[in-house]
Amino acid sequence: MFEDLTYKLETALKKISGQGRLTENNISDSLREIRRVLLDADVNYKVAKKFIDDVTAKAIGREVLNSITPGQQITKIIYDELTALMGNSQSEIKLSGSAPSVILMVGLQGSGKTTFSAKLAKSLKSKNRKVLLVADDIYRPAAIEQLKQLGQQISVPVFSADHKDAVRIAKDAISYAKENGLDTLIIDTAGRLHVDEDMMQEVSAIKQNVNPSETLFVVDSMTGQDAVNSAKAFHDKVNFDGIVLTKLDGDTRGGCALSIRAVVDKPIKFISLGEKLDSMEPFYPERMASRILGKGDIVSLVEKAQEQFDEVEAQELEERLRENKFDFEDFLKQIKMIKKMGSLKSIIGMIPGIGSQIKNADIDDKQLLRVEAIIQSMTRQERSSPKILNGGRRKRIARGSGTSIQEVNRLIKQFQEMQRMMKMLNSSSSGGRKNPFAALKNFRIN
Amino acid sequence: MNLFKNINFDKLKDGLSKTRDKIVTKINETITGKAKLDEELLEEIEEILITSDIGFDVASKVIENTRVRLRVEKDRSKLNVIDAIKEELEKLLNSYDTNSEFNRMDKFKPYVILVIGVNGAGKTTTIGKLAHNYKQAGLNVIIGSADTFRAAANEQLEVWAKRAGVEIIQSTTGSDPSAVAFDTMNIAKKKNADVVLIDTAGRLHTKSNLMEELKKIKKVMSKVVDYAPNETFLVLDGNTGQNALIQAEKFREVTDITGLIITKLDGTAKGGVVFQICSQQKVPVKYIGVGEGIDDLQTFDAQSFVSALFSSDGVQQQG
Repeated sequence: MFEDLTYKLETALKKISGQGRLTENNISDSLREIRRVLLDADVNYKVAKKFIDDVTAKAIGREVLNSITPGQQITKIIYDELTALMGNSQSEIKLSGSAPSVILMVGLQGSGKTTFSAKLAKSLKSKNRKVLLVADDIYRPAAIEQLKQLGQQISVPVFSADHKDAVRIAKDAISYAKENGLDTLIIDTAGRLHVDEDMMQEVSAIKQNVNPSETLFVVDSMTGQDAVNSAKAFHDKVNFDGIVLTKLDGDTRGGCALSIRAVVDKPIKFISLGEKLDSMEPFYPERMASRILGKGDIVSLVEKAQEQFDEVEAQELEERLRENKFDFEDFLKQIKMIKKMGSLKSIIGMIPGIGSQIKNADIDDKQLLRVEAIIQSMTRQERSSPKILNGGRRKRIARGSGTSIQEVNRLIKQFQEMQRMMKMLNSSSSGGRKNPFAALKNFRIN
Repeated sequence: MNLFKNINFDKLKDGLSKTRDKIVTKINETITGKAKLDEELLEEIEEILITSDIGFDVASKVIENTRVRLRVEKDRSKLNVIDAIKEELEKLLNSYDTNSEFNRMDKFKPYVILVIGVNGAGKTTTIGKLAHNYKQAGLNVIIGSADTFRAAANEQLEVWAKRAGVEIIQSTTGSDPSAVAFDTMNIAKKKNADVVLIDTAGRLHTKSNLMEELKKIKKVMSKVVDYAPNETFLVLDGNTGQNALIQAEKFREVTDITGLIITKLDGTAKGGVVFQICSQQKVPVKYIGVGEGIDDLQTFDAQSFVSALFSSDGVQQQG
């Protein structure tokens, strides 16, 4: 889907290359395609329409620059507009001077309030705030228990009560914080539908009674067209200060971010990606714009790699590379790491510019499996000193891995090639560490 | 066996009323007083469909089909236009096996149901409601708490099991979900249970290791009862936009999905994504969730669903 959209957009934009000036006529096809891209990314219908009208007004009449194609130019205009719309974000949250500061979390059911509350608590705690988590979701079964367990994981105290008065719990929590010298409260409220008047009344009453310095609206980034309705209703009722976009570690394009920004003029302050309690980040409008437009997201790719990346292992690997000790055992580890990142196609799809080109390419993850099988059919000794791999051994490995001798030979040859290159790089950089350009001396064009 | 005698179409109507009100008033406003079907009108209908999360492709297709159909039609009155759209929408939902699992439950003992979905979709709540319904139908139900990841997931399911009055096989956080599924199956077999419901941890369809885990759970279940699971229900949040389509696609890559359950349709979310998934993924919708109460699960019926979307004067009670 990802590659598909990028491809379509590029096709539509190609049609206007070679024309000198952007006009309503020659960009109409592209705009239609862009509209579709936005709608497929879950940008609200009206928001997409208005956005495209604005962009058209800006684009028409512009000279097509020689250095880039008109397609790239429109994409740039759209990208810039999108970024600007979601931008001016100040991701810092307000913490009031008079202690304690109160942060109120609100949102629909299942948007991720409880998990995010714990993440925020962890982050604030690392900044030397004395945090108290308040379990104010008195409706969902075991919601209090969930927050308690999360609090325990991050060593942050959790305030809760047995009764069913959410306003009183919030007020009592403040007194408790004062008595115990805690300076920051994070109140996790129940998920509620914006059309549930009683529940909306309750959250409004909580807000009035605790006077938070920051109210955060938590929204699932996979939300569709209705995001505008719920965001607006919550905004009208509790006038939140910022937005938290959750579950961005999936492959949603997150168009609701744009929709929400369009209906309420409040910044997106955090994004939340993953179930680990340190997986939250400030919001970067440029990255979100790329994502909505379905263009590659190199940053996510890097993140995905980092997720699987073990620093100690990496250091060991570097050491081994430097000492020319890289062997099949290390190679196997690398393959396993790549496999954990997902299919090769999805990984490559994240590389900007490549996405659309692999649309129909058949990338076979099974190739990796075969390589893995071959290495696994080697003895430990063979893996660490590939030199001993004679004909007999190769034959055995081929049989053991269910591959052919040719495949085993090919892998060994490729591996030797790799080793040779590494050796070259190593020798060229050794002794010249102080001057990184020293290595260049050895590269000559003959 | 006829389950869901408690099905209450008024409630379905209530649940969808926001959707319906919006679409119907809009379509009524749009169409009233117009004798001719013009492009502007179709564009407005397109907006209504797209803002219901039906998706660009399906909306375009429905509009196009309606346009072609009405070209030869003399009667372009409001009612006829609505009927034409309704029919097109129903077509998208109707072509698949919508047979209730109740028709098959007699043949398998235990009848095994695996419930999967992304985080926060409403799996645990839905299991509570399903358990309640099966119990009400006189079946002996056992729930397995195989969400061993999320904090207090087990406790949450325990509360639902108590509400429904069914047995639960509990787990501790961090234990192996496959082991829980395995134990649950064994106990269900020993106790001669009619229905087994297995709750799983929410997982984003992009996490390949978690998707692999799902495969394993399934495999382990079939070691106890070789035909298990009989059903795999994918739970989708009704608020979800186009990503729901990819979710269905990706989950189907690791496990057969026999039915969809769309939750949280008691808000203003339209659940229009249903049309898309059914037509593209060929998976039927089995239930919809319309509230947090134990009774708030409805059997999905394409005709009622579409009728509830478009009828402003009430849903016809079905026999």
